[in-house]
Amino acid sequence: MEKSITNNKKMIGVVLLIILALPIIVQDNNFRHIMILFVLYAALGEAWNIITGYAGQTSFGHAAFFGIGAYTSTVLLWKFDIIPWIGMLIGGIIAVVVAIIVSYPAFKLTGHYFAIATLAIGEIMLQLFVSWEYVEGATGIMLPIKENGYKYMQFHPMNKLSYYYIVFGLFVITVITAYIVGNSKMGFYLKAIKENPDAAQSIGINVTRYKLYAMMVSAFLTAIVGSFYAQYVTYIDPFMVFPLALSMQIVLITVIGGLGNIYGPILGAAILIPLSQYTRIIFGGTGKGLDLIIFGALVVIVTIFQPNGLVGLFENLFKKIKKKEAINDGKLHDVS
Amino acid sequence: MESYMMSVDNVTMKFGSLVANSNVSFNVKEGEIVSLIGPNGAGKTTLFNCVTGFYKPSSGKVIFNGADITGVRPDKIAKLGLTRTFQIVKPLKSMTVKENIMTGAFIRTNKFSEAEKIAEEVMERINLIEKRDYLSSSLTIADKKRLEIARILATQPKMIMLDEAMAGLNQTEIKEVMKLIVTLNKQGMTFVIVEHIMEAIMPISDRVVVLNAGVKILEDIPQNVVNNDEVIKAYLGEKYHAKNQKS
Amino acid sequence: MIIQIIISGIIMGLIYGLVATGLTLTWGVLDIINFTHGEYLMISMYVSFWLYSLMNIDPLLSLPIVIIVMFIIGYLTYSIVVKNVINAPALSALLATFGLSLVFRNMAQFLWTPNARFITNSVLSGKKISIGSIIIGYPQLAAAIGSLVVIYAIYYFIEKTKVGKSIQATALDKNTAKLMGINTERVFGLTFAISGAAAGIAGGLLSTFYPVYPESGILYALIGFVIVALGGFGNIKGALYGGLIIGLSEAIGGYYLGTQFKYAIIFLIYLIVIQIKPKGLFGW
Repeated sequence: MEKSITNNKKMIGVVLLIILALPIIVQDNNFRHIMILFVLYAALGEAWNIITGYAGQTSFGHAAFFGIGAYTSTVLLWKFDIIPWIGMLIGGIIAVVVAIIVSYPAFKLTGHYFAIATLAIGEIMLQLFVSWEYVEGATGIMLPIKENGYKYMQFHPMNKLSYYYIVFGLFVITVITAYIVGNSKMGFYLKAIKENPDAAQSIGINVTRYKLYAMMVSAFLTAIVGSFYAQYVTYIDPFMVFPLALSMQIVLITVIGGLGNIYGPILGAAILIPLSQYTRIIFGGTGKGLDLIIFGALVVIVTIFQPNGLVGLFENLFKKIKKKEAINDGKLHDVS
Repeated sequence: MESYMMSVDNVTMKFGSLVANSNVSFNVKEGEIVSLIGPNGAGKTTLFNCVTGFYKPSSGKVIFNGADITGVRPDKIAKLGLTRTFQIVKPLKSMTVKENIMTGAFIRTNKFSEAEKIAEEVMERINLIEKRDYLSSSLTIADKKRLEIARILATQPKMIMLDEAMAGLNQTEIKEVMKLIVTLNKQGMTFVIVEHIMEAIMPISDRVVVLNAGVKILEDIPQNVVNNDEVIKAYLGEKYHAKNQKS
Repeated sequence: MIIQIIISGIIMGLIYGLVATGLTLTWGVLDIINFTHGEYLMISMYVSFWLYSLMNIDPLLSLPIVIIVMFIIGYLTYSIVVKNVINAPALSALLATFGLSLVFRNMAQFLWTPNARFITNSVLSGKKISIGSIIIGYPQLAAAIGSLVVIYAIYYFIEKTKVGKSIQATALDKNTAKLMGINTERVFGLTFAISGAAAGIAGGLLSTFYPVYPESGILYALIGFVIVALGGFGNIKGALYGGLIIGLSEAIGGYYLGTQFKYAIIFLIYLIVIQIKPKGLFGW
């Protein structure tokens, strides 16, 4: 029996190479901006997928980790002149600590109760940062201008390609992590927990501990992407990095693409990000929300006609091609 | 004093005012097959859950291999070598047969290849090798039950507790499960079995524990159990018993 | 002062309770988080507003029209969207309603601009009762009393009528209900319609003192989610008591700790209560 495409390392490599090459070939700043957002959201989707797609614990609060990452590196740069690379790492670690603190009580809950608890945690974070004067509250923080180059992750005048290389690197880290997790003991355990916690316990799985591991990994990856985002946009406020809308965007991208599948977030982001960006450019200029009407309607249509995500569509296509090849090679007789 | 692999000592389980198990005690020696029988609602599954850590007993003690496992979490008990199946099968549906069994194997190893190897061995032993790449949700009920046994075998247990592993199977399938139990037992596996199907369980059991209304009413060898008045009463009711006595 | 705060907490709590009642129905019966619920509220506020400003119908008098419109919109939500995702994975079903909420909200923005509108001259506007130092506005009072009456009416309908029983049966076990001869699809449709109508009443009542704009419903829906989870899914009593707890903690916490924290307090209260009752106050 052939291996599922999701386990095919070569295939993943090819996909990543194409994604890397596109903005190098197409020298358009607007296109590069969209590519940056695309891999950024794909990375967030991969991170979220680990706790929700693999382990089955729906999080509606991932913006909390994203915001922690964004604020940590920003505050460290602004107040202590610490380079964003270290800030990113510290942000990731703080997110992991927060994940541990909030997960212990939250993992007592199941299903919707857990989902609403994560939503509550995200909202609390937002409120705290809005009223926290040390980080300028609702006013937000403008990043100080530093020397050009990778050291400070600053490129003047705006060199989108350099930003792209950084976010692409983070994206590759999330994809590799998701791959390793999915094809290891941890991935098997998470899937077992998702499917049936009782059965999982009966074969020796410490359910809470593995859910916690998944949350920690997911939080860390989400936070480092958040740090990059702050560097890229150079100004952050709580409503940009902590909103429920961001948490939902991550959910949306992954589920539309394919939950629990390594290609899901990539596919979801590849379709939804350009779609929302271009509809905004085409229809959004009037400020009337036509872009989001189209976007919303498409979300409804996709969930109705492809409830298991767009990955299913591509997997079928892939199987058909494989089968055709096999027929052409004479390995298989056409049964149809 | 004899050394036992497992002793259940005066276990009582209450849910509010309902007493599901009352002071139940029994012991299991290494290499034995002990059956737990009793009519519906006798408290067999509750007792199972108390022993395997899914419930914490209200009082009493469970000792396994010299360790007190009363109220210990199921995953820790599984690591000690005591595993169970469920009355209602719980296959990991989105996984293949092999992946299901590998999940069990990961208890003793962190290596993917090692888990694969254990899974292959178990599939050979349990006769699931041709179905290795089937999604477990697509299996027949008999194969699903077999898969449950395979998955816990992969945890390399010292004792297996089966909760109605034969319910819902036809005669041939029941015989196969019986054969499997006997084979594994010959290889040294200890079993505690909850079962409804008497004709399946009696021939293979070393000892039988009978529960009724949460209380142990008898513990004996199978031959004595089937002829015991108390047991017949418990199963068929007072009236039927009385009628039979008269005739 | 504290009495004034408690009273305004109770008033908001009752309105929240009504919002949550509609939400808990669809949640309990169909096991789906309806992200469109806040938009029901928003649409009904606009209906009230337009009936008032174009035809001079007072928001209190236009309530029946709002109810009918929202009943229909609720039903259509089910029959056009939700029906098609009812067997899909839970998150897909949720996203379908999320997508729909985007459509509704931005449609409102497209048609009526993002500007906030107010109903300034309803029969209730500006009137208030004062008892000593305590002041209660008529619009708020009417909304609170109206909410309580409607919550009770829905509770009575679900608990005491035959149709209500069939809704309960479907909530407990859809397949068994089907076997007992219940037309579960119709029950689902009806549940959504009632849920929409309940949100409609809440919206109509709110429109007398709350600004009407495309995002009016978002915060109410968010608080609604928390209340539903706090009370236990599908439980109307839970929605009422949950609403009161949240309304009171918002008012009291906001007074003592500062209004900027009042929403953080709501979410914190949820996290604390859910530790003690992991399935909500009335869940099992």
